[in-house]
Amino acid sequence: MKTRRFLPLLPMITLLAMIGPVLAGLYGAVLPAFGHLPAAGLFGPSLAPFEALFAWQGLPRAMFLSVWIGLASTTISLLIVALIMAGWSGTRSFTVLERMLSPLLSVPHAAAAFGFAFLISPSGWISRALSPSVTGWDRPPDLLIVQDPWGLSMIAGLVIKEVPFLMLIALAAIGQVDTKRSAMIVQALGYRRLTGWLKTVFPLVYAQIKFPIYVVLVYAMSVVDVAVILGPNTPSTLSVQIVKLMSDPDLGMRLQAAAGALVQLFLVIGALGFWLIMERVVRRFGLAWIGTGQRGKYDTITRQIGLVLALFCAFSVSFGIASLAIWSFAGYWGFPDFLPDQFILKNWMRHSDGTLEALGETVLIGSVATLTALALTIGCLEAEYRYKLRVTSRGMLLLYLPLLVPQTAFLPGLQTLMLNVGLDVGRGPVIFAHLVFVLPYVFLSLADPFRAWDARMGTIAAALRASPDRVLWSVRLPMLLRPILTAAAVGLAVSVGQYLPTLLIGGGRIETLTTEAVALASGGDRRAIGVYGLMQTAAALVPFSLALLIPAIVWRNRRGLRHG
Amino acid sequence: MDKGLELHDVVISKGGAPLLAISKSVASGEVLTVMGPSGVGKSTLLAYITGTLAPDFEAAGRIVLDGHDITDAPPHARRVGILFQDDLLFPHLSVGANLAFGLRVGGTKFERQQKIAKALDEVGLSGFADRDPATLSGGQKARVALMRMLLSEPCALLLDEPFSRLDAALRAQVRELVFARAKARALPVILVTHDAEDAAAAGGEIVTLVPI
Repeated sequence: MKTRRFLPLLPMITLLAMIGPVLAGLYGAVLPAFGHLPAAGLFGPSLAPFEALFAWQGLPRAMFLSVWIGLASTTISLLIVALIMAGWSGTRSFTVLERMLSPLLSVPHAAAAFGFAFLISPSGWISRALSPSVTGWDRPPDLLIVQDPWGLSMIAGLVIKEVPFLMLIALAAIGQVDTKRSAMIVQALGYRRLTGWLKTVFPLVYAQIKFPIYVVLVYAMSVVDVAVILGPNTPSTLSVQIVKLMSDPDLGMRLQAAAGALVQLFLVIGALGFWLIMERVVRRFGLAWIGTGQRGKYDTITRQIGLVLALFCAFSVSFGIASLAIWSFAGYWGFPDFLPDQFILKNWMRHSDGTLEALGETVLIGSVATLTALALTIGCLEAEYRYKLRVTSRGMLLLYLPLLVPQTAFLPGLQTLMLNVGLDVGRGPVIFAHLVFVLPYVFLSLADPFRAWDARMGTIAAALRASPDRVLWSVRLPMLLRPILTAAAVGLAVSVGQYLPTLLIGGGRIETLTTEAVALASGGDRRAIGVYGLMQTAAALVPFSLALLIPAIVWRNRRGLRHG
Repeated sequence: MDKGLELHDVVISKGGAPLLAISKSVASGEVLTVMGPSGVGKSTLLAYITGTLAPDFEAAGRIVLDGHDITDAPPHARRVGILFQDDLLFPHLSVGANLAFGLRVGGTKFERQQKIAKALDEVGLSGFADRDPATLSGGQKARVALMRMLLSEPCALLLDEPFSRLDAALRAQVRELVFARAKARALPVILVTHDAEDAAAAGGEIVTLVPI
């Protein structure tokens, strides 16, 4: 009977685990931003931190970069996804593309960014492939391609990762829209495929995926690891500057960091507001376009462009990972040779202690955070089912809140707050910080299959005199094994990819594959980056393979569960 | 104590508007057939009796089974069995494990296996215990679903158009089997259908729900 008293509380506990740290972190940023940091012997209020921040000459440029990179990468990603779905959904090429893109979803951002850098840098794979035959280079040219001042390589690095994400979200959303019949009708009305889709299906799909798009925008504006690897550094983006200030040994610098966190928050709010206005503007133009009745003059060429761009994303990530793999085994590799002179194991042996230790830490943190998230999610969904609760759209917004507040806005405050109340940084708090980001993704991944389960199964089981707990454990959860394992894999991949929570809440002492890999960015040891980047990718990809493999083995004799 | 299932002044409404009203009793071994156009709330009535009414409905009236008022009992404690038009066999369990899920707790492992084997014999499915339910034919699934429900020893049986997915030849056969098994166990049965043949085969009282 313990569950009866405990279960109804789970939604509240879950909400607290997700929202609590975010609110605490924002609160923790406000006090030091106005000069109040007792741990450093400073008492406010004062405007000195903001004055110091505004005195930094790089600030306007850092703020501009944050907004520009966020808006540009989100817009381009959305455009590519819209073009590819409008032009190709339902075709065989689309199925192939979908198969290519979906495993890329779990590749951590940092690994994808490193791989992309290895492709496009002056001594990268593309340059090697074209040298000296096309370019005539016999040594790497002195060009600033990666970390260019306009953040173009960073925008591209974000786009290649966000396209698979938005595409899978859109594919899930499209199931709830009657696309087949509207496609038939618009084609019967003489519309080409792409134009017809954009005019009829896109508005419905956009309404379903707008929260994930906002998440992408906020993420791109405030990401730190990708910015360290691909982003400009004279000056860097605002988020990177905040992290630099946070890691300064002078505690007083945290006041400036807190002020920066608040500026970052307002930038994100402003950018989201701008996006919402643009939604209306695009809507107005879209309605006018629909009113013209144009059937799609430029469909053929637009379709081709969409396909090329989507293939560019898929190949960039996969060849990037391949170049990580080659560097990790590379012996001497002179320019412009396409492949190293020899493949060796020495790089792996040299880093074996470090990677294994970091792998252990990554797996430990990821597993605890994911199992906690799974337990809370299943508890919430089961409480919703048993007590017949209704989830409002406002409730769904709360789920997205931790993903809509930029990490650099609340994590510094959370660290400072912990410092003020005398809590130690370390593994436990890091796990809690990961949970904030793992929980929404686990919940979003499991909620639909859990709710789609045929409730008559529950009625039948109850009529067979099975208690609610027995129905859950012996019927519902086994039937949902595949989506549960998929949600676990999503949770692990999210945790593996976390950089900032591990760095800040771990006080720099918790070393996961991601923090170790990103720490190598400035050093330029490509073999070490290859080893750590590949390990990081594997740590995220292996759980996904298991999530496919385990149900196939466990239910090999159960045809009714093969496609569910 | 009266054996049988009694519905005392049951009124189900949605959003304040009454949907259906019924006051009937079904004696042991008898069948009450509830007919009416789709959307009139036949399945809703059964959901009220099993205790799984969706929260957007309001219901009043008492349900009494074998002299016990079960109106407020949780679904698993009501001892009301139900069969739907889909067999709803648990896809992750073998045929035998599905039956074991239904079989009341108690007895040694051997005794339980015996009971399951006997139940399969009774419906002509000897040796099917280890089969994957997904590999069975429609008629075989329907028979397993029936025996699974009967092994849980319900005190009443509800049938929610359970024959509508079966083709004509199989339909008569399964229908006969269900009514015979229910009669043999002296269960009060409520059959919801819009098939006149089902209603005739049931042989009991027929009520027709009309929209109110």
